[in-house]
Amino acid sequence: MKKVGIIAVEQTKFEAARVESGFSDLVFETSGPAVKKAGLTRDDIDQIVTASQDFWDGRTISNFAVSEACGSYLKPESKVAMDAAMAVFYGLARILSGAYKTGLVTTHCKMSQGPQNVIYNAVFDPMYQRQLGLDFVNAHAFQARAYMEKYGVGPEQWAEVTVKNKKNALKNPKAMDGRELTIDDVMNSPMLADPIKELDCMPVSDGSATIIMAEEETAKKLCDKPVWIKGFATYMDNYYFGDRDLAEVGALEKSAKRAYKMAGITDPKKEIDVVELTEFFSYQEPMWAEGLGLCDRGKGGDLIKDNISTQDGSLPINASGGVLAGNPHTVAGMVRVIEACNQLTGDAGEYQKDGAKTAVVQSTTGPCGQSQCVMVLSTD
Amino acid sequence: MAETEKMVFDGKLDINYKYASGKVTGKFYDEIEENKKIFGIKCSKCNTVYVPPRQTCGPCFTTMEEWVEVQPTGVVTNYTIVNYAEPLIQPMEPPYAQALIKLEGADTPFIHLIGEVDVEKVKIGMKVEAVFAEEKTGNILNIKYFKPVE
Amino acid sequence: MGRKVAIVGTGQTKHKARHSDMNIVELINQAVNRCLENAELTINDIDAILIGNMEHFEGINLSDMWASDASGALGRCGMKITTGGSTGTSLSSAAYYYTASGLFDTVLCVGWQKQNEGDTTAGLVSATDPIWERASFAGAFGTFGGAATQYMMETGLTPEDAAKVAVKNKRHGRLNPYAHLHLDISVDDVLRSPMLAYPIRMLDLCPASEGACAMIMTHEDNVKKVTDKPAWISASVCRHDSAFTGDPPFFLDLRTLRSAAKEAYATADIKDPMKDLDIIELYEPVTWAELSFLEALGIGEGGKVGELLAQGVTSIEGSLPVNLSGGVLCTNPIGATAMCRVAEAAIQIRGEGGERQANHKVNTALATGYGGNWWSDLLILKSSL
Repeated sequence: MKKVGIIAVEQTKFEAARVESGFSDLVFETSGPAVKKAGLTRDDIDQIVTASQDFWDGRTISNFAVSEACGSYLKPESKVAMDAAMAVFYGLARILSGAYKTGLVTTHCKMSQGPQNVIYNAVFDPMYQRQLGLDFVNAHAFQARAYMEKYGVGPEQWAEVTVKNKKNALKNPKAMDGRELTIDDVMNSPMLADPIKELDCMPVSDGSATIIMAEEETAKKLCDKPVWIKGFATYMDNYYFGDRDLAEVGALEKSAKRAYKMAGITDPKKEIDVVELTEFFSYQEPMWAEGLGLCDRGKGGDLIKDNISTQDGSLPINASGGVLAGNPHTVAGMVRVIEACNQLTGDAGEYQKDGAKTAVVQSTTGPCGQSQCVMVLSTD
Repeated sequence: MAETEKMVFDGKLDINYKYASGKVTGKFYDEIEENKKIFGIKCSKCNTVYVPPRQTCGPCFTTMEEWVEVQPTGVVTNYTIVNYAEPLIQPMEPPYAQALIKLEGADTPFIHLIGEVDVEKVKIGMKVEAVFAEEKTGNILNIKYFKPVE
Repeated sequence: MGRKVAIVGTGQTKHKARHSDMNIVELINQAVNRCLENAELTINDIDAILIGNMEHFEGINLSDMWASDASGALGRCGMKITTGGSTGTSLSSAAYYYTASGLFDTVLCVGWQKQNEGDTTAGLVSATDPIWERASFAGAFGTFGGAATQYMMETGLTPEDAAKVAVKNKRHGRLNPYAHLHLDISVDDVLRSPMLAYPIRMLDLCPASEGACAMIMTHEDNVKKVTDKPAWISASVCRHDSAFTGDPPFFLDLRTLRSAAKEAYATADIKDPMKDLDIIELYEPVTWAELSFLEALGIGEGGKVGELLAQGVTSIEGSLPVNLSGGVLCTNPIGATAMCRVAEAAIQIRGEGGERQANHKVNTALATGYGGNWWSDLLILKSSL
């Protein structure tokens, strides 16, 4: 298969409420600079993929609003209504098909603009679930408990994730919620839906992110250090919680297996230098790490204690501060891609992992990690 | 130039929806409303009895037609206690218990509420029974909630 | 280029005002199963499922998640792509790119809508800018009214000309068992139907339907194993336009479609669309759009499209039938509408059109999608590449 490289990345600073900007403003804040960074103009961009959600935007056809902002007018644009990492996948497919040489992938979300729990409640089907008051937090409490019961893990380990990621974010100028916390701070934060506490949850956040990608020759011409997308896979798990074992991560394991195979990775524990994953809740970081094969099942909680997943550890996970430091829905997966690229090009500033060559990105859409995707990025 | 104030513009999407239940969900609710019986549906290929019933067995991709009556009693396999208020979507005053409940005769647990209980006492393995709503609601709240079996 | 790709199966539900006996996921499942049956494949032959609708029309956020059992996405790669009215062609193009790229061998795409579970106009109004346009935007037909008036002024075409489009497409639609409206109407019926927004009358406008449509695509090495009548994708082009409804110039000379046609004709080696195309499936939300969109495709320019219609060139007996399916004027389940165009083009190439099959052999077919703010998608299918 031919290679496709990411040649420029841009993200906004994430904030709890960007009151002064509409979402098209946010998109322009990242798409304009990204095109410039790539050494291109709008004319050079062959195709655009956007990622947004009509529910979060309160707009039907939510890509309608951003066409000038991302330069898609009179160009081939399409919208992926999932996490933005899936839009990266579609942009990649369009280039690999041979139809296009370059592409811009952009995403936006202003969680601050709508009633978050009501929007999330609409994910649950009106036949059997919606009237039960399910939302993002209480739905995920079921998965947290299933994980706890089956693998004997617990809230103290998850609190360490929050402490680590919020601290990591102090070094990331784009992050929204960097701060020093103690385990006790997390454990004593209000219990929202047992076993999930307030500081186990992602904060409400607004922002946008854009990447520019190009096929191999164009990428090499335009960029000293393109980041190659070496592997990518996505799988879907069951919708109804009772239909699957919520403690298991089948769709993620399958995605990782296929992405690793494409990228030629046989031992993820040794061959990966940095990981950025989508932890909407603290329990998800160890759970997804296990699904990615970075440790045995149930041992994800030891990665911090053993100084592996810490910012200066041997395999940093979310050195950027991750989603717990504030990235909105839909945008979160794209930020993971961008942070991974920054690590690989040596642009991660104060949280740079020296000599990082291979990065793995995980993103998810839907309740309790129903749809999973894994991407392997490399400078080789 | 005059200072501009940051401006927030109010908007509201207010749409009423009328969802067709389909035959499978329709029968499930009819049986609850008319006969106070709970039915699951069985896959002819993998023999899984699904509650709540739906037409397609996802893993086998078969269309299911065999109805199986299950018991209105079962066990809690997972739960959470909701402590925050979101009146627009919540069916009970917090704190309240949501649980995955596996009915006797069913293979898949499903999400519902636990009522008539001290929420502190909800636990995995707890035996519960359905309390049917006095009036038809036309949705899953036809089962008002499940309550602990003494 | 990447691998060559062909459509090897299509399937759709009956489209109608209300599918009260099927819920959303059952509707999707019926189209998917009919498509698998038409392709003589099973779900185990499919590597990825692409799905789309317009979320606010049914009020289901991340509707692909609930549909994962019924669509077949469970345990596979499931992806959701939505672009409003053009969702169906966006999905078709995506299935093509994913298959051509080598990332997947066989892809099923499905578009669906249950428009009458919600409120179409309320759902659609929210597409416009909440600060500048939402208060004054009156849904789709308000904008079409202004556009049609302008088109009438420029070309001298009249409401009678537009009415003939409705008569033709409704006649075609009566031959299509899947079409929503089976109406036997005359030009007079159209001209006497209630005025909605001048010059658009009730019978000038598409209905609101419930239905789903699915297609399966596979790559060149696999095609022969699956079918002896593939519909190859020869060109797939998309053009979107600006964010405000008033910004694109002269609505009905659809600049996005004109630009897309230029590129697609070059790719598919179409020199004279009147001669080189055998049928067209056009996304015509109103009668007027069929006239002006054909002009944008380089057919009957300068208002001559009215004569082509009057002479029966674009009817089932003619040399270039347009909308043998009955078009959007008969059937409009929005998330599926544009895919119905591509599917019908494939059906005609595969010779599966039954009573509505073109009288001549169909080797080259053009399908369009329309949506958002005067956006266009265009696909050209061929019986051989």
